[in-house]
Amino acid sequence: MDFDVETWVKLAAYTGGGIAMGFGAIGAAIGEGYTAAQANLALSTNVKNSGSIVKNMLVGQAVAESASIFALVVAILLLFIDVPVPSLLKAASLLAAGISMGFGAIGAGIGSGIPGGDACLGIARKPEMAGRFTTTMLIGSAVCQTPAIFAMVVALILMFMNFGQGSLHLNWAAHLGAGICMGFGAIGSGIGSGFPGGKACLGMAEQPEASPRLMTTMLIGSAVCQTPAIFAMVVALILMFMKFGNAPLHPTWAALFGAGISTGLAAIGSGVGGGMAAGASCEGIARNPETVGKVTTIMLVGQAVSQTPAIFGLLVSFILIFKTFPESYTLSAAMALLGAGICMGFGGIGPGIGTGMTAESAVRWVARNVEHAGDLMRTMLVGQAVSQSTAIYAMVISLVLIFVV
Amino acid sequence: MAIEGVDIVKAASLIGAGLAMGLGAIGPGVGEGMAAAKACEAIGKNPREAGLLTRTMLVGQAVSESTGIYSLVIALLLLFVV
Repeated sequence: MDFDVETWVKLAAYTGGGIAMGFGAIGAAIGEGYTAAQANLALSTNVKNSGSIVKNMLVGQAVAESASIFALVVAILLLFIDVPVPSLLKAASLLAAGISMGFGAIGAGIGSGIPGGDACLGIARKPEMAGRFTTTMLIGSAVCQTPAIFAMVVALILMFMNFGQGSLHLNWAAHLGAGICMGFGAIGSGIGSGFPGGKACLGMAEQPEASPRLMTTMLIGSAVCQTPAIFAMVVALILMFMKFGNAPLHPTWAALFGAGISTGLAAIGSGVGGGMAAGASCEGIARNPETVGKVTTIMLVGQAVSQTPAIFGLLVSFILIFKTFPESYTLSAAMALLGAGICMGFGGIGPGIGTGMTAESAVRWVARNVEHAGDLMRTMLVGQAVSQSTAIYAMVISLVLIFVV
Repeated sequence: MAIEGVDIVKAASLIGAGLAMGLGAIGPGVGEGMAAAKACEAIGKNPREAGLLTRTMLVGQAVSESTGIYSLVIALLLLFVV
């Protein structure tokens, strides 16, 4: 089978378009479903205010929809893109653009449905504050869209930037790595930053006078959740714009793939975990506004620990990108580097979520039982350290795969 | 690139090591986090038993860790023994 270059470009563009829209549709649909579910729950308790609840539901769903609209736009662009000078590098870039946008839209869609649904519940409880709930929902959902916007930016750069013709060398692997990294890296942050938005809406219904504090905590918490997506964006940008000079093709291509997988997958767990802690702190402040200082401190400590797997992923990516590997035509040399990326990437998911769960529970109970904040913090850190151990094993195996084998 | 039998076996064992440790780390990470989360909840409800609860958490986590250690052992076997 010998295809000409034009066929490859078309093949990649159409496949990329399918991936972008197919995966891109998952998140928004789930998120909007959650919003509608909560809206129904809200209506069942307060039929009189059905007008403002339904209006809020529709506004919330529209925001959650935006992630999949990004995916739609990228998919349509990929279907009708005009490539003046087709090259194999362009084919790789177009496929990578589809991967970045498709997976990148999942998290933002799911996450931004959560504040929408919980704002409906809030309106049912305190109809006179409908305006404030809608504002909080919009801010919370807008933050959730950030990772999808990062993914769209990376996709558009991959599609429309002129990376020079013909210099295929290593850039094809780097571009695919960048697409994988940004696409998967956006999932966790998108889902995670939905939790604080939702809990802030519920909290305002409980303690309207604590609204400004809740808003501040929501913004701090969801900003920290964005860190893993930002790591993924940094790695994607490095991979797209790095010059590889005369690094040997084998096995460096596998290192670049591995670098994308490592940060992209490891970012999922940390993003979700950081969001759980942030959500619990909004809940806690609403329950007991005087504890805001302690709750915020423990939230930040817990979130910092749950960012660790993403940082491990970033570290392994940087080693894979910047280390020069001696030329080797064996398959095993390539698979060692790819395996290192896969190992750290998957290995970071579980500990990221686990440490986030621990932080969520610790923050929740500090708000209820503030005089034992010290005990809780200690237990949280011990528990998180143990949960972190498997990420450390994964990093050790990755480093052995890179440096020893 | 020429692929020989020995090379492909070696390549499979290396990627297998990565998969074993990578996927194997997911479960213990989540499970131990769950144990720690419930320990925090329990200490929040009954702070006087903090010592007992922390001890129980650590024992539970150690058991949950075992599958992670199995993964580590298999990964090391794949890397250095087979």
